[in-house]
Amino acid sequence: MKFRLPLMFAFALALLLPGVAVQSNEIASSEDGKYFDADDNPTYKIGEDGTVDWFTYSGFRRYHSECHVCHGPDALGSSFAPGLAESLNTMDYEGFLEVVINGREKVGASDNSKMPSFGVNRNVICYLDDIYVYLKARSDGALDRGRPRKKEAKSDATREEENECLAD
Amino acid sequence: MKRTLKYSGVVLASALLASAAASASDELLNMQKNADDWVMPTGNYANQRYSELDQINKDNVGDLNVAWTFSTGVLRGHEGGPLVIGDTMYVHTPFPNIVYALDLNDDGRIIWKYEPKQDPDTIPVMCCDTVNRGVAYGDGKIILHQADTSVVALNAKTGAVEWKVANGDPKMGETGTAAPMVVKDKVLIGISGGEFGVRGSMTAYNIKDGSRVWRAYSMGPDSDILVDPEKTTHLGEPVGKDSGTNTWEGDQWKIGGGTTWGWFAYDAELDLVYYGTGNPSTWNPAQRPGDNRWSMAIFARNPDTGMAKWVYQMTPHDEWDFDGVNEMILSDQEVGGQMRKLLVHFDRNGFGYSLDRDNGQLLVAEKFDPVVNWATHVDLKTGRPQVVAKYSTDQNGEDVNTTGVCPAALGSKDQQPAAFSPKSGLHYVPTNHVCMDYEPFRVSYTAGQPYVGATLSMYPGPDGDHMGNFIAWDATEGKIVWSKKEKFSVWSGALATAGDVVFYGTLEGYLKAVDSKTGDELYKFKTPSGIIGNVTTYMQGGKQYIAILSGVGGWAGIGLAAGLTDPNAGLGAVGGYAALSNYTALGGQLTVFAVD
Repeated sequence: MKFRLPLMFAFALALLLPGVAVQSNEIASSEDGKYFDADDNPTYKIGEDGTVDWFTYSGFRRYHSECHVCHGPDALGSSFAPGLAESLNTMDYEGFLEVVINGREKVGASDNSKMPSFGVNRNVICYLDDIYVYLKARSDGALDRGRPRKKEAKSDATREEENECLAD
Repeated sequence: MKRTLKYSGVVLASALLASAAASASDELLNMQKNADDWVMPTGNYANQRYSELDQINKDNVGDLNVAWTFSTGVLRGHEGGPLVIGDTMYVHTPFPNIVYALDLNDDGRIIWKYEPKQDPDTIPVMCCDTVNRGVAYGDGKIILHQADTSVVALNAKTGAVEWKVANGDPKMGETGTAAPMVVKDKVLIGISGGEFGVRGSMTAYNIKDGSRVWRAYSMGPDSDILVDPEKTTHLGEPVGKDSGTNTWEGDQWKIGGGTTWGWFAYDAELDLVYYGTGNPSTWNPAQRPGDNRWSMAIFARNPDTGMAKWVYQMTPHDEWDFDGVNEMILSDQEVGGQMRKLLVHFDRNGFGYSLDRDNGQLLVAEKFDPVVNWATHVDLKTGRPQVVAKYSTDQNGEDVNTTGVCPAALGSKDQQPAAFSPKSGLHYVPTNHVCMDYEPFRVSYTAGQPYVGATLSMYPGPDGDHMGNFIAWDATEGKIVWSKKEKFSVWSGALATAGDVVFYGTLEGYLKAVDSKTGDELYKFKTPSGIIGNVTTYMQGGKQYIAILSGVGGWAGIGLAAGLTDPNAGLGAVGGYAALSNYTALGGQLTVFAVD
C-alpha cells in the first residue's frame, strides 16, 4: 500500500516527460531550416545521402570547440567527463538546458567533477539548440563519428538570430 | 627570565634564517648533484632527467620487480613525479592536490599529509583535466602550486603551512598546473589558462615569506614583459620598443594567452632561467592578426630581476595551438666543430630546436617526426618556419576546415619531458604521432569562460597504425637515431641512467625499459592505470629504485579515451584508432621497482 502511490506517480511522470521514452526523431514541423519534434523541441534532420541540417552541423562545430576539451571527441566521453551521446539517452531537452546553463557538481570522496555554468558564455548560449540536436543525433545513433560531410545551407533568419545573440 | 630567553630564541632563529637565505641557492645546486636523491621535478636544473645511478643497468633491468606500491586516493590524470630527499619521498596528486610525505625507511608510512580546501569551481576551468606536475623543494620547504593558483610553502618535516599566496584568479580562468622551480632564494611560478584568454606570466616569489619579487608577462608593454628594448635580443637583434604589443591588433594582447605551464630550467653559471610560453588566444588566428609576440616563445631571464636577456619565438602567429611550453634541456655539446652551451627544445610544432643558451642563437631546427608537414623548414637566420599554404588555417580562413595537418594540436610532443644522457650524448623523446583537421571560427570573449574558437578532429599519422613513437635524437645534427613505435602517444616523462637504460611509461600503463643505444625493449610491466607521469630514480639503503605515478588522464585521456575519429570505420576501431578506454581505467598509484 505504502509503495503504490510513488509507483503510480513515477509512471505518470514517465508519460508526461517526452525525454524519458526513446525519441524516434519524427519531424513535426520546420522553420527557416530548423526542425522540431511533436513536443516542439528542436531536433535533427539527416537525409538519405547523409546531408544534415545546418543546426546539427553547427552543433558539431560548437561541441568540438566548447565541450570537447572535457567530454572528448564525438560526444564519446573521456577520462575527465561523461560521454554526452550516452547522457542524452536519459536527459531531455529541458534537462540539457538546465545543466548547461546552471552547471552541476559531483564532489566527494571518489568524485571530483564539476560541470561549469555556461549561462554567460555566448559561444555556448547562442548555440544551445545546435549543440543539443547534434548530441541528440549522436545519441540516437543517427550520426556517425566525425564531421558531417554534407549540410543544408544556413538560412538568413538563422544568421540574423546568431548576430543578434552574439552582439548584445 | 623567561622573557629574556624567549627573546634570545627569536634572535637565534632569525640569525639561522638569514644564513639559510644566503645559502638557499647553493643548497639546491649541491643537492641536485647527489644521485641518491631526486630533489627537483626536472631531476636537475638542466632538465636532463639523467641519473648517475647504474646499479640497475641494461644487463639486469630484465629482473626488475615491484618493491612497493602506494595508492594516492585520487582519480584523474597523474602527471609529474615524486621528489626524494634523504629518507623521505614527497608525492603529489591532481586536484584536490594532496601532498604526502612518505617514510622510505618504513615501507612508505605516511609521515604527514596535506590536503588543501579548494573551490570546486576551479575544476571546470582546468582545460584538459585537473593535473598537477609536482612539488618543489627549497630552504626546508615543500612548495605546492595548487589548481586554484595558490602557492603554498609547507614545512618539509611537518607539513605545516609556512606561507601562502594567490598567484592568479580561477574566476578569470587562471589555474595552476606547472611545477614550481626554486632558484636562489626565489620560487618561480607559471600560470595555466590559455584556452580561457588568460594573459600568461612568470612570477618569482621570495621563498622566505612568499612576497612577490617580480612578474613578467608574455605580452603587453615593455614594463610588463620585462624586456629592455635595446639590450634584450631576438636572434641577436634588439627586440625594440613595444615588442609585446606591436604585433597585436588593438587590445587583444590583454587576453593574449602565452601561458607558462611547462617546465623551467636554470643555468647557474650564466645566471639565466629558461621557460616557454603557450599559444596565443584564441585558436582562431583571424581574430588576432600579427606575430602575437611573445606567445610561442623561449625566454631567457635573470632570476633576480626577471629582465629578459633574449627571447626566441618558434611559431609566430600560431594557427594550430602549438604551445611553446615544453622543457628546455641544457647540455654542453659540439655543434659544427664548436663547443656550445646548448638549449634543446622539442616543440609542440614538431621541430627539435638547438640554441646557444647564452645568446639565443638558433643552431639547429629539424623535424623530430618525419610526418610533420605544416612547415617545410625553419630559416635559421630569421628563425621563421616556412608555412605550407595548404595547411595554414589562417590562409584558408575562418569557417574552412583545413585537413591533414601534422602534428595535431597536442603536438609532436606535449609537456611530457624528454631526457638527455651525457654518457650517450643523445636525447630520449616521448612523442605523439597524431594529425588533425582544424577549423577556426569566430568566438566572443567572456571572462572565466572557454575561449577556443576552433573545431578539431584527430587521427593517427599517415601510416595509420600507431599514435606514438619513443625516439633517440641527436641534437647536434637534428637527426633521429632510433625510433620505437607505440600504439598510443607516449605521454610520460623519460629517465636516462648511467646504466645505459632509458625508462618511460605508456598510456596503457606499461613501465618500459629500453637499451639507450638501440632502443631495444628490455623490460615492461603493466601498472594499474595509464602512465602520464615522469619516471624517477633514487638510491635508498644502498639500493636503487625506479618510481612512477600511474593515473590516466590529462589531454591524452580526453583526446584518446574514446579512440581517434575514423570516419571510415564502424565500431571497434583498432590499430591507430584504438580506444584507450579499452586498455586502462582511472586510478592514481605510485609503483616502485627494484632488482632483488
